[in-house]
Amino acid sequence: MSTLTREETEALIQEVLEVYPEKAKKDRAKHLAVNDQAVEQSKKCITSNRKSLPGVMTIRGCAYAGSKGVVWGPIKDMIHISHGPVGCGQYSRAGRRNYYVGTTGIDTFGTMNFTSDFQEKDIVFGGDKKLAKLINEVEMLFPLHKGISVQSECPIGLIGDDIEAVSKKAAKEINKPIVPVRCEGFRGVSQSLGHHIANDAIRDWVLDKRDGQQFESTPYDVSIIGDYNIGGDAWASRILIEEMGLRVVSQWSGDGTLAEMEKTPKVKLNLLHCYRSMNYISRHMEEKYGIPWLEYNFFGPTKIAESLRAIAAFFDDKIKEGAERVIAKYQPMMDAVIAKYKPRLQGKTVMLYVGGLRPRHVIGAYEDLAMEVIGTGYEFGHGDDYDRTIKEMGNATLLYDDANGFELEEFVKRLKPDLVGSGIKEKYVFQKMGIPLRQMHSWDYSGPYHGYDGFAIFARDMDMAISNPCWSKQTPPWLKKPEVEVELKKAA
Amino acid sequence: MANIMVQKDAKGAYVFYLPKRDLEDAIVSMEFDTPEKWGGEIKLNNGGAYYIEPQALPARFPISLRAKRIDAAE
Ligand code: SF4
Repeated sequence: MSTLTREETEALIQEVLEVYPEKAKKDRAKHLAVNDQAVEQSKKCITSNRKSLPGVMTIRGCAYAGSKGVVWGPIKDMIHISHGPVGCGQYSRAGRRNYYVGTTGIDTFGTMNFTSDFQEKDIVFGGDKKLAKLINEVEMLFPLHKGISVQSECPIGLIGDDIEAVSKKAAKEINKPIVPVRCEGFRGVSQSLGHHIANDAIRDWVLDKRDGQQFESTPYDVSIIGDYNIGGDAWASRILIEEMGLRVVSQWSGDGTLAEMEKTPKVKLNLLHCYRSMNYISRHMEEKYGIPWLEYNFFGPTKIAESLRAIAAFFDDKIKEGAERVIAKYQPMMDAVIAKYKPRLQGKTVMLYVGGLRPRHVIGAYEDLAMEVIGTGYEFGHGDDYDRTIKEMGNATLLYDDANGFELEEFVKRLKPDLVGSGIKEKYVFQKMGIPLRQMHSWDYSGPYHGYDGFAIFARDMDMAISNPCWSKQTPPWLKKPEVEVELKKAA
Repeated sequence: MANIMVQKDAKGAYVFYLPKRDLEDAIVSMEFDTPEKWGGEIKLNNGGAYYIEPQALPARFPISLRAKRIDAAE
């Protein structure tokens, strides 16, 4: 519980590395670091975005997961075909909790799984015919869909199917866009390359479709990019942006539609929440259409206020006043939340291990509750993510890149945080060790956590996890020593 | 030859971006930086160096360019 000094943290890393064989030790040493705010460039202290070590239990996903699961999947009025064997899509079906409005199976398809269900003969003779047939079936069964994306699973790249040709031909026949995405799972070292490939597919197949078309724009048009509406996150963010006087033209890709994506090049500013998964397309729009982009952070009142002001700085006084109005309006509500939960959570320590933007974005929210983040890391972050993280984290805290089951366990055993924020694969390991864990991918089936409304839920959930009476019942009564009981009574 | 992107950060300094490797880095020096002649050898913060065919100062940033790798870091 006590925070370690720099030397102690370094010693801890060495100790954990001790079990590895020489070569693996050398490799993993580059991915573990003690944070030093003085370092300008993260690559001086931590290596990231490298192939995981064979044999360790990495927690990463594949490129298909990055494209189908993250970027394309939430676009609700399109049908995303998991092209290949049935498992990749079926086992990940509806797991990300991207909320949307619509009638599933009629005009929206978010939680459904479409697959070409490859069999041996498709691998041997190729699956192009099957794909063409599947597209026709989809068109017949779900006539209200707005387009199709073909998400390649591993075998497609291995057997060399020409999904582009099939897509082009079928798109003419059904007169709707069909986007082939080459996101075979083996590409890249993690899901991160899948995000990139998906962004490139949007650039090549979607974004320029309405160039030169009439569009009634206002000077206040913006788009929300990289919010996947987990548990309603994007909705909780969108109301704030609209309240300050801006018009949200499109929302990517949580609760998003194809038409919104096509209209994005008409906006004045792109608001980027998940930098990791959508910076590529933002950069492209900046170059091609001259649309600036801004990274914002809607976790916790401090960061929200900062972000609202940064967004408003791109616009005139009307919006700047709007931002102040919004901040003032929600401040009393936030004060009440903090007054309620801070005394219960003050000084508690947290260790995070997530992906995308959360390892750095949620730090502010914890700090608003006077909690302290003592370790953080990304599953698939890059150098630029760590550049941004170093400033957010305290000195001598622990950074771990692509950590594996063993390392995380050891770190948690030694640092003894009061809460771990990670995913489902880690949840029960740590809870059985007696440490509460909140899933920070799916918000543990709660949410939203973005925006002011989200913070109230966030604070409640963290309190619920930490203050749950079960954590003091870890030792069975017959093993309890009398003095422990006394201590517990004191604590309670 | 590699496809790169040169952009300007909030302070107006040049930033290098290599999409293929998702590498973002500050440009610490650029051989030519005048309106008539721009480009040449650029040095990155990570120690890498690239060569951009000298050209007139681009009217707008960010801009995608072809660049030759002289010396890659790592
Ligand atoms: S790695 Fe390949 S086979 Fe495995 S889930 Fe990803 S796409 Fe499917």
